[in-house]
Amino acid sequence: MGIPYSYSFRNLWTRRLTTVLTASGMGLVVFVFAATLMLTEGLQKTLVQTGSPDNVMLLRKSSNSEVQSAVERDQAALLESQPEVAVGEDGEPLLAKELVVLINLKKRVTDTPSNVIIRGITPASLKLRPAVRLKEGRMPRPGSAEVVTGEGVARRFKGCGLGETLRFAMRDWRVVGVFDAGATGFSSEIWGDRDQMMQAFRRPVYSSIIFRLRDTTSFDAYKARVEGDPRLTVEAKRETRYYLDQSEAMAKFLRILGMVLTVVFSIGAVIGATITMYAAVANRVTEIGTLRALGFQRKSILSAFVIESLLLGVCGGILGIFGASFMQLITISTMNWASFSELAFSFTLNFSIIWKSLLFSAVMGLVGGALPAFRASRMKIVEALRAT
Amino acid sequence: MAQTTEPIVRIRNLSKSYRRGTQIIPVLSGISFDIARGEFVALMGPSGSGKSTLLNMIAGIDSADEGEIEIGGVEITRLGESDLARWRAVSVGFIFQFYNLIPVLTAFENVELPLLLTHLNRRERREHVEAVLNVVGLADRMDHYPSQLSGGQQQRVAIARAIVTDPEILVADEPTGDLDRASAEEILQLMDRLVHEFGKTVIMVTHDPRAAEKAHLVRHLEKGELSVT
Repeated sequence: MGIPYSYSFRNLWTRRLTTVLTASGMGLVVFVFAATLMLTEGLQKTLVQTGSPDNVMLLRKSSNSEVQSAVERDQAALLESQPEVAVGEDGEPLLAKELVVLINLKKRVTDTPSNVIIRGITPASLKLRPAVRLKEGRMPRPGSAEVVTGEGVARRFKGCGLGETLRFAMRDWRVVGVFDAGATGFSSEIWGDRDQMMQAFRRPVYSSIIFRLRDTTSFDAYKARVEGDPRLTVEAKRETRYYLDQSEAMAKFLRILGMVLTVVFSIGAVIGATITMYAAVANRVTEIGTLRALGFQRKSILSAFVIESLLLGVCGGILGIFGASFMQLITISTMNWASFSELAFSFTLNFSIIWKSLLFSAVMGLVGGALPAFRASRMKIVEALRAT
Repeated sequence: MAQTTEPIVRIRNLSKSYRRGTQIIPVLSGISFDIARGEFVALMGPSGSGKSTLLNMIAGIDSADEGEIEIGGVEITRLGESDLARWRAVSVGFIFQFYNLIPVLTAFENVELPLLLTHLNRRERREHVEAVLNVVGLADRMDHYPSQLSGGQQQRVAIARAIVTDPEILVADEPTGDLDRASAEEILQLMDRLVHEFGKTVIMVTHDPRAAEKAHLVRHLEKGELSVT
């Protein structure tokens, strides 16, 4: 048995002020660390929830997003008749041939322009996205110049609220409804009748095809057959996979930014912890000598100080996570680089992030405490006792 | 007086010197003497005479340049660092001038510290600690922290810590040096009791003639050499 843990803990408690100040420094770093992870998590969660695992997205080969894609009408007809496509209650295939276009709208608050996705939909589009629910007004009538807007767009962009009128594609479009799409990317879109949109935008081809699989396990076989068919130039992805790929570029950027910031900051925090622990060792030289004289081994001294520093780090971690948990109240709206459109998402905290942050703080404590603890364990007993 | 049986401490040709820059300062030069079991020995001498160094070497916390120290049949001058630490844990009790209690631990926990290095379980440790705190008369203060105790009381806790593992020898470096006269007297009586009642061997470094009076034997060190009074 070694030196009791209460020794390490009570020493931290005895110098509460120093402990709190050092832990706060580490807490700030953990805050940045956790906030970056939360941001990435929030982004991915938003985009991934946009998709449903049963849905398949068909895009032109090598196009990264719906905006870049084009599917010819003859290919669309062929794809519609495949046996894997599920059939709805009305006997119609659960398949939507959609048009996706980017337009430029001004924000309500800053008056600066930003890109918004316009999606031309068919009746099947709604059945394929059960997360999308009409919140106010009604859905657009087929064949009319009417649109519904996602909640995020309705709130942030001029002319997108219920009853307002938008002008794009050389026509006026009346907003007849606002839909709630939860925490998905659809909240940042405007939907209208596809055929009206194709005429207005003078697009002869669809952007993408989305359908529900009759049997979700048949995806791999379906993908292999469709992509190998010489008549077709499309690529099949599960909808969840498509949106995950969409988020990857930004998530990667956030991760790199977060790591760079965290590494730089953590060096500062680790030095802070090292100074604190060196001071702790210097103040307790006699104590260390006494413990060694009583028969405690060098490694017991080493571990007592390492534990003290670990505890210090974990205190910082708890402070940081506590602070970061408040970031969940904030919603960020920014450019989704994959589609060049606005996307709103929030900081999301989960157990994996809490766990990673605590581990990170413990590592900072460990690194910060290593040298002082080593010094404590290397002291000569007689010299340490003479320091009285 | 002490029974003269086989010696518990055997010191032969013990030498030690310090290096200060290029200068070599001899502290002890070829000291040999024995201490019998159950004896109360006082080491006296002017500052720098090497008495504390000698005590530290007997206690196994300082190393000799030359010579042998054998305590209870163990030649401690041959032990490696870890073995020496294990030996100290069971064989030596330390009493310091400034008590050297751990400020963040209670009296009970301070006394319990050396027992953490043994195989005793929690209940057995508690029994031992309570027994020795009774011996030093501080059973009612065991939940107090050192800062809540007087100097004399702290030294008694330190003595309890020194005897809790029932070691063969007790080493005391100026045990009364930081105490007022009444407290010093109390501590000396307690040490005297440890020798007579519990049969401990005590080796004490002191400047205090009153402390030396309690000892059976006073050895004077001067310039690293020994003389007996």
